[in-house]
Amino acid sequence: MRNAFRDAVYELAQRDERVVLLSADIGNRMFDQFKAEFPDRFYNVGVAEQNMIGTAAGLAMAGLRPYCYTIANFTTYRVIEQIRVDLCYHHQPVVVAGVGGGLSYATLGSTHHSCEDIGMLRSLPGMDVLCPGDPPEVTACVRLASQRDDGPTYIRLGKKGEPAIHAEPPSLSRGTWPRLVAADSPEVTILSCGNVLPIAVDTQARLNDAGVPTQLRSCVSVKPLDAEALREAFESSRLVVTLEEHSVLTGFGGAVAEWVVDQPAPPNAPLLRLGTPDAFLHRTGSQDYARSVCGLSADAVVKRVRAALAEQEARA
Amino acid sequence: MHDLAPTAARLRTTVIRMSHEKHCPHLGSALSCLDILTALYGSVLRIDPNQPDDPDRDRFILSKGHAAPALYATLNHFGFFGDDVLARFNEDGAELAEQPSPGCVPGMEAATGSLGHGLPIGLGLALAAKIQKRDYKVFVCLSDGECNEGSVWEAAMAAPSMAGAWGRGLDNLCAIVDYNKLQATGRSDEILNLPDLANKWRAFGWDTVEFSGHDLDQLVAAFTDFRDRPRSGKPMAVIAHTVKGKGVSFMEDDNNWHYRIPKAEEVEAARVELGIDA
Repeated sequence: MRNAFRDAVYELAQRDERVVLLSADIGNRMFDQFKAEFPDRFYNVGVAEQNMIGTAAGLAMAGLRPYCYTIANFTTYRVIEQIRVDLCYHHQPVVVAGVGGGLSYATLGSTHHSCEDIGMLRSLPGMDVLCPGDPPEVTACVRLASQRDDGPTYIRLGKKGEPAIHAEPPSLSRGTWPRLVAADSPEVTILSCGNVLPIAVDTQARLNDAGVPTQLRSCVSVKPLDAEALREAFESSRLVVTLEEHSVLTGFGGAVAEWVVDQPAPPNAPLLRLGTPDAFLHRTGSQDYARSVCGLSADAVVKRVRAALAEQEARA
Repeated sequence: MHDLAPTAARLRTTVIRMSHEKHCPHLGSALSCLDILTALYGSVLRIDPNQPDDPDRDRFILSKGHAAPALYATLNHFGFFGDDVLARFNEDGAELAEQPSPGCVPGMEAATGSLGHGLPIGLGLALAAKIQKRDYKVFVCLSDGECNEGSVWEAAMAAPSMAGAWGRGLDNLCAIVDYNKLQATGRSDEILNLPDLANKWRAFGWDTVEFSGHDLDQLVAAFTDFRDRPRSGKPMAVIAHTVKGKGVSFMEDDNNWHYRIPKAEEVEAARVELGIDA
């Protein structure tokens, strides 16, 4: 996803001379080509993220289109007030990109995990929140964000080397989710958000193979939500599952839960929200290890979905 | 140069009256920076009030947003918006709050009030001028209490070292520290001391000057020199030594006026002292 972001911003910069890239001293050599071709439009602002966001606001006020890039925890938690005041309050079209979303940088420890960023950013007025699930979706999200004139967008990236699920960047309009796997009369709809997408794909295949027809959407836009897709999911399925590498508090599942209780007629299908627990990880390990500790491995997700279905049957 | 002192005195009476009538605090802070604003808007900034969005205009950001009444009175005086808007200041549903919202009136470049935001935004505007090859200048007024914020020093580090094909150093950015040595709850040197403030900015790579922030001639001369100088590669810092509550003897250097609201008789006494007709 990291390289897809780099390539997408580079491609935009070729077409739009307003594009300016700010990096807070990460991405060693990653932006060499961008720097060489656009020496006036790349700035390594140093390990000084507050200034990066303020600078981006000033650039945008003068008509430029800044992209701010660093690790997700630094580009969100560290500067949440700058994002709120300088970008959201001023309605500035700035893209804030966080690499290493969720548990991507699991081995770096909980300082470098970002499992609360979606919740923090979606609560800010005027902020759009995009969580691509694979490299082609990153490309699509960067293109989508570049079309916004009246406010900032957060793009939550994974790391490098994630598999491409889509063959091509899906065509996205604001607040829409691509349907990845359709199913006739699905029992389960999986709403996958962000970099956990490969787990969702695996889970969908295993449930389907086990005779549980399951459909899958990649919910790239947490704010705004795709209300049409949500209605379809809750009307067509016995169980709706949200899956994300983010806390079960305030994240994508939280946003869907808010949508559910706000419906004039509450949907029949229950909602199962799967995400990281309300806790820090204190033992180290790979992203796969961290996912399994949090119950987000494909094995664990399949088990939890089946348990929820069984409980539903027992109650019926 | 025409004499700006009567303008500054008139703006002081306006700000004092606004505080009294609309129960707005931070009067001492507003009076402290009023000469700086008068010098900038009276003689330095190239901004046409009838074309406040001209992309080539100079920019001014009052980063110490709690002194907003000073900026409102100044913008009103120099024709950016009418008396009717100023008269509604701080009323329910009005354009002008105690601290400015974005674009609340023509000429308001940024919403401030949360300290430590103005200089990074100003830096972005200055960098944009370099990228877009425009020759406008950016002025940002900070308070000394605001210099407690780390984001000020992030921007202070960045401005001299920003570099592109256009060169190195944002020499189109001027930071003005309204150095009145008082902050919300006491003497600045007893809270978070800023010893040798001018040399701090110098050490960060800024071309730094230091003089009285109430000397209108010197303010205008320094700002004009900055505005008209050829490329120097260095941003400029003006350490403006000021007196909180300046212009009214019973308010000067008395930190009660960070929050106190003047009574009617105090407004009147201030007007007489400032030599402004009723």
